[in-house]
Amino acid sequence: MNLNQLTIKEAKEGLRSKKFSSIELTKACLEQIKKHNENLNAFITITEKGALESAKKADELISDKQDLPFLGIPIALKDLFSTKGIKTSAASNVLRDYVPEYDATVVRKLKDAGAIIIGKTNLDAWAHGSSGENSDFGPTKNPWNKEYVPGGSSSGSAVSVASDMCIVSTGTDTGGSIRLPASFNNVVGLKPTYGRVSRYGIIAMASSLDSIGHFTKTVEDSALFLNITAGQDKFDASTLLNPIDNFTKDLNKGIKGLKIGIPKEFVTSDLDKEVKVKFEESVKLLVDLGAIISEISLPHTEYGIAAYYIIQPSEVSSNLARYDGIRYGNDRSFFGDEAKRRIMLGTFTLSSGYYDAYYKKAMAVRTLIKKDFENAFQKVNALISPVCPTLPWKLEEKINDPLKMYLSDVLTVTANIAGIPSLSIPAGFSTNNMPIGIQIMGKQLSESLLFQIGNAFEKQTNFYKQKPKL
Amino acid sequence: MKIDASRVAKLANLTLTQPEKEKFEKQLSEILSYVEKLKEVDTKNIEITSQVTGLENVTKEDKAKPSLSQEEVLSNAKSQHNGLFKVKAILE
Repeated sequence: MNLNQLTIKEAKEGLRSKKFSSIELTKACLEQIKKHNENLNAFITITEKGALESAKKADELISDKQDLPFLGIPIALKDLFSTKGIKTSAASNVLRDYVPEYDATVVRKLKDAGAIIIGKTNLDAWAHGSSGENSDFGPTKNPWNKEYVPGGSSSGSAVSVASDMCIVSTGTDTGGSIRLPASFNNVVGLKPTYGRVSRYGIIAMASSLDSIGHFTKTVEDSALFLNITAGQDKFDASTLLNPIDNFTKDLNKGIKGLKIGIPKEFVTSDLDKEVKVKFEESVKLLVDLGAIISEISLPHTEYGIAAYYIIQPSEVSSNLARYDGIRYGNDRSFFGDEAKRRIMLGTFTLSSGYYDAYYKKAMAVRTLIKKDFENAFQKVNALISPVCPTLPWKLEEKINDPLKMYLSDVLTVTANIAGIPSLSIPAGFSTNNMPIGIQIMGKQLSESLLFQIGNAFEKQTNFYKQKPKL
Repeated sequence: MKIDASRVAKLANLTLTQPEKEKFEKQLSEILSYVEKLKEVDTKNIEITSQVTGLENVTKEDKAKPSLSQEEVLSNAKSQHNGLFKVKAILE
């Protein structure tokens, strides 16, 4: 096995026992990037020099028997995360030469934990998209088949982990932007509870929905990563005061006797047949592991996308109003089509005469969707469903039909609307060998339970061990 | 629902070409027709949810703290003069 294929856990053990150095590990990742980034377009910026300097320092600290949780581990950051002295573009021409003067809170925490930043990953510009094709710097390709989309918006982050260009990467999930690409790439993606992880310094999309998460190779790694990033931040007033668990504590408890619901509105005849088959196989496996499965109703699910495509563009139009090209970046003529569409849609739904009919209405429906989940979690511990109703699609297939693209998020947006956590895990492959994922949702702050279920499933399936042929 | 792209673009400080205006008007009107679906939902007496985890009135001490220097703040500004942001004239 090559060093770049390791998990966080394996890399930590190897570094600590001096089987290899952080320099060797970092070089292995950089070599993989050099070999494959031209074809996959996963990275916008590669920070080779800084990464090797940090790795050298990490090796010195390891020799000094310093023990930081991520000391010497190479990570990639979605190019929405502000990084002091490293270009942060949001994959938009508006910010194509913007260099932040400060780090996002999460970036600071990761640096403090000893992580090595090896680059900034591609995305749908401003995180607007489900396919990765809305990047102003070209689409990212799916490593399982380069004619297919990798899913978005955190396209490059998912691909960088799936193709072993790094050990772990960060992402943001406003309506599915971590879970969808995770499921299209056979990696683990976590959308934490809203407010679990600080949004400070991460370029805002829709502030009441944005959740800051990550991509890992295994469920255990996902828990280890959340241990670093979670927690209250005085710079983000919406972060939760709740004490932070050790998110690995319940990993190996098994799922015997746990009640898991299947939301019937998520498993309709609209599902692709192969997605449905893999989902049913997954359910069967959970039953074999001792879970008690029942059908649950979330009656307002069908209004999720409609509510989301009012709330989200409204907040987008407000957040993107600050880009005037005066203090930093380029002027508003540099916005791409999708940003323009969302700014205009949001400006309209917030404008005088339409605010009540659209925005306020959607925020009331939000209450009902949230209530549906609260009722469900009275009856079951967690819910499972497919992540996307379809398999990954071909590049350009949906690019001229925004509404069709938006509907790819139909199974993911409601978790954001309700602020609950959801974990996307690999569930197998289609007949044309494209990855399929399932998501496990729980009530707010139930991440440890999601890891417990996900880990039990992963231990039986080990799908993550299958790698794309690059 | 038909959307007037020129009016909305003006409100949002965006400039559209004629082909863009036509394209966006069609696409946005389709999206708006889809979201009309919400009219089916009875939301009478339902309160809106703005803060999904229930936090209220989070405040911090009103105290000045060290921040970015003037040089740092200006480091990305393309147009500046005497340590200030330079903008186009608003009033003649």
